[in-house]
Amino acid sequence: MPFSTPKLILHGLRRTALGAALLLASPAQAEPLLDDAKLLLTGGVTSVDGASGGGLATWSTIAGRGSERAIGISAHVTGIALPDYGWQSHGLALGIHDRVELAYARVNFDTRAVGAALGLGRGFRFNQDIFSAKLRLVGDLVYGPALLPAIAVGAAHKRSLDGAIVRAVGAAAAKGTDFTVSATKLLLSRSILVNATARLTRANQFGLLGFGGGKQRGRTVQFEGSLAWQASRRLALGGEFRTRPDNLGIAQENDAFDLFAAWAPVRNLTVTAAYVDVGSVATFKGQRGALLSLQAAF
Amino acid sequence: MGRTMKGIRVIAISAALMLSAASLHAQQAPQEPPPEAAVDWDKEFGVTEKTRDPVTGELPVDPYVQSNANAGAAPFKGDGMARAFGGKDGIRRIAQSTVARSEADPRIKAIFEKHDMGRLRRTLFEQFCYILNAGCDYTGRAMPPSHKGLGTTRADLNALVENLQAAMRENRVPFAAQNRFLAKLAPMDRHVTERGEKRLLPRR
Ligand code: HEM
Repeated sequence: MPFSTPKLILHGLRRTALGAALLLASPAQAEPLLDDAKLLLTGGVTSVDGASGGGLATWSTIAGRGSERAIGISAHVTGIALPDYGWQSHGLALGIHDRVELAYARVNFDTRAVGAALGLGRGFRFNQDIFSAKLRLVGDLVYGPALLPAIAVGAAHKRSLDGAIVRAVGAAAAKGTDFTVSATKLLLSRSILVNATARLTRANQFGLLGFGGGKQRGRTVQFEGSLAWQASRRLALGGEFRTRPDNLGIAQENDAFDLFAAWAPVRNLTVTAAYVDVGSVATFKGQRGALLSLQAAF
Repeated sequence: MGRTMKGIRVIAISAALMLSAASLHAQQAPQEPPPEAAVDWDKEFGVTEKTRDPVTGELPVDPYVQSNANAGAAPFKGDGMARAFGGKDGIRRIAQSTVARSEADPRIKAIFEKHDMGRLRRTLFEQFCYILNAGCDYTGRAMPPSHKGLGTTRADLNALVENLQAAMRENRVPFAAQNRFLAKLAPMDRHVTERGEKRLLPRR
């Protein structure tokens, strides 16, 4: 047979093998659901409200280590030791396509001896659940125009689990929802991260003492600012400021601030240590202490 | 009978794949073309053979207008950054180490296969050297056409940035200077990546 079919087939097969190899080598292969692809520290740590950000402030970061074509998850536990109180919180967060964040956090606030003084019993705990959602509207923390920050809106629905008691303390409600707008940018040229957040809230002591009160029933706009210096890929040092409403008639509430160090010893773990000052809590003044938070993120 | 059918099917499938394979990549002519058919398969498929530059070993690219503007960022002023990067020698080591790390990085190595890495080592060095104001001109292509068709993502970009950071660390570039350099590259993200954010909801 003059027409050399076998050779043609062989030639075709050789090309086929090459084509298959190229297809396999092309980046358009199945993408992982969890890609663990964010740059270190750029998913933030977990704030006292369970949303990603700094320690006190909610940032426009999206939790977890997923990039814009994957999801990310994070889990945290935080302890704050204050002169008269103990704070313990833990929670989970899900980040979707670096665009949407859904988070849950549980806060347990130990009143120790204060509990007895307030007639609640020694070691009485105020407990709270926080369900939050955040949507990044535009911008990016790291990439894109240097002067366009990541801008996000968020809502945090907080439910005190001690309704009768917070009402007895003078709170107008045991449930409340905060709304936030935040802008966050890592200014690479200066190794500085800047965040500004406006929060519409009526939470008393982050919601632990309920919502609204005799002095102020409704929501007010509060401000959260953070400034951090990226000392290395793994270490950021900074400070934060958070104004808070003063709603309750019986006790004064002050603004809060912190000084923090966030350290990522390995890719999936961030340790945050901070000095925190929340001022007066339920008439006990000078509540300054130490915060330690561990976050695992994928 | 069954055999013939099978043979025909194989021919049909391989012909279809040949087409796709040929359009994907240039390659050698078959060693022994069918004599009487005398088909020049390369011509048939529009394949032109590229010859490497005898001096540099680089493959030719489609013509483009050379300009420092192709580097995609304005250079730093003064010589502070060039010094922080160890001058031209340091910058060359950093560019080459970035490429070597990326070629070996399981996350992104596939993207670099079949590309002219000699050219990339040279042009990446020139780009870094130009932006760091260390006395080079950038002779490569602009970022969007250079990365067209690669299918790169933000995750790939972050992997490359980590490799660049490792290369800068290895060459003892202070962290603040590393970030200042990254500040020049960060705004290029949408020019060097192709597949953006995955949609949350399927298109209706
Ligand atoms: C800001 C980040 C980046 C910069 C500054 C950059 C720079 C460059 C430069 C200067 C070239 C050579 C242009 C030329 O040949 O004329 C190039 C080509 C290339 N880059 Fe990038 N690149 C970046 C991101 C990426 C990423 C994330 C990937 C994939 C992981 C990638 C993969 C490639 C490949 C495969 C080529 C060769 C293309 C070809 O052979 O035609 N680059 N890049």
